[in-house]
Amino acid sequence: MSKYYLLQDQKKCIGCLSCEVHCKSNKGLPFGPRLGQIISVGPKMVANVPRMAFVFMPCFHCEDPWCVPVCPTGAMRRRPEDGIVYVEQVLCVGCKSCITACPWGAPQWHPETGKVVKCDYCMDRVDQGLDPACVAKCVTHCLSFGQAEQLDLTRRKRFAKTVAFELETIVSAR
Amino acid sequence: MANKVYSICFMCTVRCPIEVLVANDDVVWIQGSRHVAGIEGALCAKGSAGLALLHDHERPQYPMIRTGPRGAGQWRRASWEEALDYAADKLREIIQEHGGQSVVFGERTNLNTHISKTFMKAIGSPNHFTHDALCKGSVNTAFRSLTGHADPQVGIDYANTRHIVMYGRNLFEALEIAPINNLLKAMEKGAKLTYIDPRVSVTATKADRYWMIRPGTDLALNYALIHTVLKERLYDAEYVNRWVSGLAELQAFVEPYTPEWAEKETGIPAAEIVALARETAEVKPKVVFHYGYRGAHHANEIYLRRSLIILNALMGSIEAQGGLFFKKGAAAVGRGDIGKYVSQEFPKISAPRFDGSGAEVFPIADSSHGNPQMLAYAIMHEDPYPIKALIANRFEPLQSIPDSAAVRRALDKLDLIVAIEVNYSEIAWYADVILPESIYLERADSIQMVSGLRPSLRIRQQAVSPRYDTKPAWLILKEIAQRLDLGQYFPYETIEDIWNFQLKDMGVKIEDFDAKGFVSLTDKAILWDRKDGIKFKTPSGKIELVSSLMENAGFPSFPEYQPVAVPPEGHFRMMVGRCAAHTHVSTQNNVLLSELVPENELWINPGPAGKLGIKDGAYVELASPLGTNGRIKAKVTEFIHPEAVFMLHGFGKTVPVQTRCYQKGASDALLQENVSDKVGGSPALDETLVQIRPVK
Repeated sequence: MSKYYLLQDQKKCIGCLSCEVHCKSNKGLPFGPRLGQIISVGPKMVANVPRMAFVFMPCFHCEDPWCVPVCPTGAMRRRPEDGIVYVEQVLCVGCKSCITACPWGAPQWHPETGKVVKCDYCMDRVDQGLDPACVAKCVTHCLSFGQAEQLDLTRRKRFAKTVAFELETIVSAR
Repeated sequence: MANKVYSICFMCTVRCPIEVLVANDDVVWIQGSRHVAGIEGALCAKGSAGLALLHDHERPQYPMIRTGPRGAGQWRRASWEEALDYAADKLREIIQEHGGQSVVFGERTNLNTHISKTFMKAIGSPNHFTHDALCKGSVNTAFRSLTGHADPQVGIDYANTRHIVMYGRNLFEALEIAPINNLLKAMEKGAKLTYIDPRVSVTATKADRYWMIRPGTDLALNYALIHTVLKERLYDAEYVNRWVSGLAELQAFVEPYTPEWAEKETGIPAAEIVALARETAEVKPKVVFHYGYRGAHHANEIYLRRSLIILNALMGSIEAQGGLFFKKGAAAVGRGDIGKYVSQEFPKISAPRFDGSGAEVFPIADSSHGNPQMLAYAIMHEDPYPIKALIANRFEPLQSIPDSAAVRRALDKLDLIVAIEVNYSEIAWYADVILPESIYLERADSIQMVSGLRPSLRIRQQAVSPRYDTKPAWLILKEIAQRLDLGQYFPYETIEDIWNFQLKDMGVKIEDFDAKGFVSLTDKAILWDRKDGIKFKTPSGKIELVSSLMENAGFPSFPEYQPVAVPPEGHFRMMVGRCAAHTHVSTQNNVLLSELVPENELWINPGPAGKLGIKDGAYVELASPLGTNGRIKAKVTEFIHPEAVFMLHGFGKTVPVQTRCYQKGASDALLQENVSDKVGGSPALDETLVQIRPVK
């Protein structure tokens, strides 16, 4: 796991797909590769209301990435200082071993260069102290980026608010 | 080193404030303004795809003059001089022979509307129209009938609402960034969202309560809600006594419309209707019954829109924190108005409008926007007089006006079609001359007066030089006018001349925009005093439930409810709508957006789909009563009411050089019958009953 963590607050996500376009326009990618993709699940009835899930799937930047050791040229690599997994474009020969190896489908095929492209958390932006493109412009600010040990508290706080007086309410209603 | 330019997005009509980073005269990054509440840097998919539009080679790159039959795609490249001469020479001939009124001008309302209206007044034509009526004419008229203000003067205080009820207002897909974030913040604090729609949109999946209403029966639901609110005295009595007239008439009218009656019509249980009335009343006046964005569904649309506004009036939520508010302009903060060239003196125009707007056909519609659904009729029948030329500026008659085949036939009768366009739209492809417009990143435009609780001014500044041989519309129109010896009405050379003219009475200078791209005219929200200060512009100064505007024109304020018939076996009510990835008809060919949503699909319930042998993911053929057809992929889902089918608007394009969206999906406008709400002014886009069969 890289030292970074990209958190998606599902409750605020509206599945607008803007993160995908922020990424592609920033990277100048053509039709085809989607470095971070929203996968929609549903709708499904949950407690009498329809619900959908929008699951954001960028690269997870694994601690022990399967894509790295299978790369025959050393193009797929992990930055030692922060664990970001990225492709060194000049070394990629387009063998697709990393695409085969990744259990989550993160490495993508660039049809024009004949090489692999993948989410690198916009490391050029991160190095300037900026958020990745998908996070920086997210419509509802449901994506947040930071150090893994400084996790966003939104979900814990929301849960706490929901359950805080629940027991009292149930007891007093008896 | 990149340079930051503050500007205004124009991938859709919402026009969010943006920051554009420019290096070496190229855009490297666009994001939402970090200085505007509710935006805070955010940008939607369309906004980021502005970069793809900028660099797209599949848009008009230079002026073009048609050499073959209309729509055949035979063009020759022309210089600006030649193309402008061509347009102006034809216009001069037409005006001389048939009068200025024989020229019509259609656009989507934009920052330069005061200039295109100037152009029409200068040539002596009353026939400027906008897309507005096709989308929300009846919302406009409904607001005027009750409050005296039109809908653009009304806003919603999403951030402070406690309960919002949306009737197909699919805010999270037909999206506006600031309202979304303000509403999400309110919901985080406990605000409730009730969503009512025959189809489960994304907004439905975020709601606390969802009702799959029987298509077309929202009005019945509202009459039952009003019935309950009055019967149980749930309304804001102090507000209603002070500001509302006609309550007794309303009460007598809704007497028969009980929740039990509405249950039979709408399919929503009576007890739930009563529960909603009580729940919303508990948090009044911080309640919003959303009056809609598009309001163009049914032939009685105005009564639906009125019923929504009436519910707000009863809750006391009109001009309330957490409810609706009237937008305040420059005058509210003691400033002069923004300058508009259309305020100049022009020769008097005696001809009536071509579309009967504000006259015999649509007596109380807003004639400042017109009723473009009359275009084909007026051309074909030369009623009230011959129409010979159409100038279309980002207006798409061939995808926005119902029964587009009839529109296309009518266009054949014209002597001149001029398209001022950023895209190879259907109308551009059918034009005689294309005058390519620079996109919003390549041009500056007139300053925007943003009325609201806190009025401000925003500016669209030019970020980069045009990628191709294109010009801004305000310059194109001036150059045509000069050729018609009407240049005196366009007293500017540069955008700075326009800005200085606009700002001259406002106490604001161009440099004031440098810091943030906008100028706030006040720092605190202006709400009128609820006891004495609300400025309704009706004759009585009150919310007129019995509307003088309507009654004087011979329209009843409370006509008896007409039940909505169940469509005959094998027929479906065709509903249309939007998704988050596309803007109406204009982005389907964008390389980044077409990848996300390449074609529209037909939502159909598994019950009828099974009977018709329609399988999920298979193509079906749609047949309209007009005799037109569409081929579209079926999406079989229980999340749509069995009486309806649904498709996204704006697909089924026929311009081959838009290679990414060419012939993808079905065109809704080709299938829709051209029926209108003659009181409110909107077309009834959800009235057409279509038939469906699997493609063999």
